[in-house]
Amino acid sequence: MSDFDSEAMADAGVENPKLPPHLELRRTRVLCKADAPTSTDTVQYSGAYASLGVDNSLRFDDFRNNFRVQVNRISHEDMEFDMVGVDPSIANALRRILLAELPTMAIEKVLIANNTSVVQDEVLAHRLGLIPIKVDPRLFDYLSENDTSNEKNTIVFKLHVRCAERGQRLTATSNELTWLPKGSELLKTSESLTSTSKPETYTSFTCSQDSMPEFAGNPISVYPDIIIAKLGFGQEIELEAHAVKGVGKTHAKWSPVATCWYRMLPEVVLTEEIEGKKAELLKQKCPANVFEIEDLADGRKRATVARPRACTLCRECIRDGDDWEKRVSLRRVKDHFIFTIESTGALPPEVLFTEAVKILEDKCERVISDLS
Amino acid sequence: MEHASFGDQRNATFALAEEDHTLANALRFTLNQDPRVIFCGYSIPHPSEARVNVRVQTTGDPAREVLKDTCQDLMLTCQHIRGTFDNAVKDFRMKNPPDDLTSQDMDSD
Ligand code: SF4
Repeated sequence: MSDFDSEAMADAGVENPKLPPHLELRRTRVLCKADAPTSTDTVQYSGAYASLGVDNSLRFDDFRNNFRVQVNRISHEDMEFDMVGVDPSIANALRRILLAELPTMAIEKVLIANNTSVVQDEVLAHRLGLIPIKVDPRLFDYLSENDTSNEKNTIVFKLHVRCAERGQRLTATSNELTWLPKGSELLKTSESLTSTSKPETYTSFTCSQDSMPEFAGNPISVYPDIIIAKLGFGQEIELEAHAVKGVGKTHAKWSPVATCWYRMLPEVVLTEEIEGKKAELLKQKCPANVFEIEDLADGRKRATVARPRACTLCRECIRDGDDWEKRVSLRRVKDHFIFTIESTGALPPEVLFTEAVKILEDKCERVISDLS
Repeated sequence: MEHASFGDQRNATFALAEEDHTLANALRFTLNQDPRVIFCGYSIPHPSEARVNVRVQTTGDPAREVLKDTCQDLMLTCQHIRGTFDNAVKDFRMKNPPDDLTSQDMDSD
């Protein structure tokens, strides 16, 4: 491991006194060998290097000084950023929260008045459930078992489509779902038969949602152009869909992200000079185009690592015999995460991330209050 | 939720209800960083039960207090992550004034 380059180490949080380079390399890097990666775990125990006189505990100040975030790309529905100086356990906690514990609104109950399409009721209901609803879930409460549906916990949509033209086919898309800010319009039939009071519907809204300041002039919509069903002549769907708040743990339809993942920063190091034919060969081998050829002053050509971030870890460059594995060292930086969040549209990705961090904080707070 | 023997405050197991790897693994990392902790680990006794056991053994301080401090640390870490992230987003927005406004309009209708 004489190839250890101290420059790249500088940002990885080196303590005083320093670990010997070969241990530091194993502490901060995953080494990707041709057969399998090694040193994949993180050394967490604070006394792990006590016999060498090195303190492995992470002081909060060190964390503050080393932690950094850099945004690479951001739009209203996806973002990519680098998160450096944090343990995988925390990065993973945030990823898991984004996938499974951040609430959104999704269609949970579907009241079908008529469905003569070829899509069965339960399949139709499932399809409707998966349509992302563009509304801030923070404005709503959870609907618990004993609650009645009201304007604070339910959003009602109506769908009424019918293919009326002979020989035609009608595609019902999510555009046809219309928001009913006043709540359900379907009457409970049994109720109206027995009582003389005014007929009840399936929700009890005290006011219209569009009169609430947060929705005035900002109607709730769903993600457009999603095909719900195709109807033949004479077929009809009439239904009402009730959306409630939930989390991805219960069902994936409540997950606020299409997906959310991270990868560790790749690091490709040439452990010896690779020149001439071999350099050409190396450049050619890499499908991700990581290497570049550099012209030296005396006419020789040398391989350089131009785009290490593009490395997919396919290990093509270290196949074909042992000597390639000696020349090229593939590594991953253990505390550098390239984090990608793809939102489904309810909230912009940067808000999702901040909300996820808040949820982790809430969890800690709950444990503290339980222990006190 | 705490299981410890009487008179020995240093070693204890904490059963956290409604939690899973998300919190437990982050807590295990943070606990391990604390020099007062000799040993810590967690397990999920049964996959269909939403409960996780966190074991903490310390050099002398009550395990309960150490766990509390750890939670506090993790919270501070989170707050710092949130602050840094918000600044990074702000920075990015300053440097790249939203040219994606058009695409936003296109999609939101
Ligand atoms: S592992 Fe694959 S992508 Fe990475 S440098 Fe080698 S050949 Fe290129």
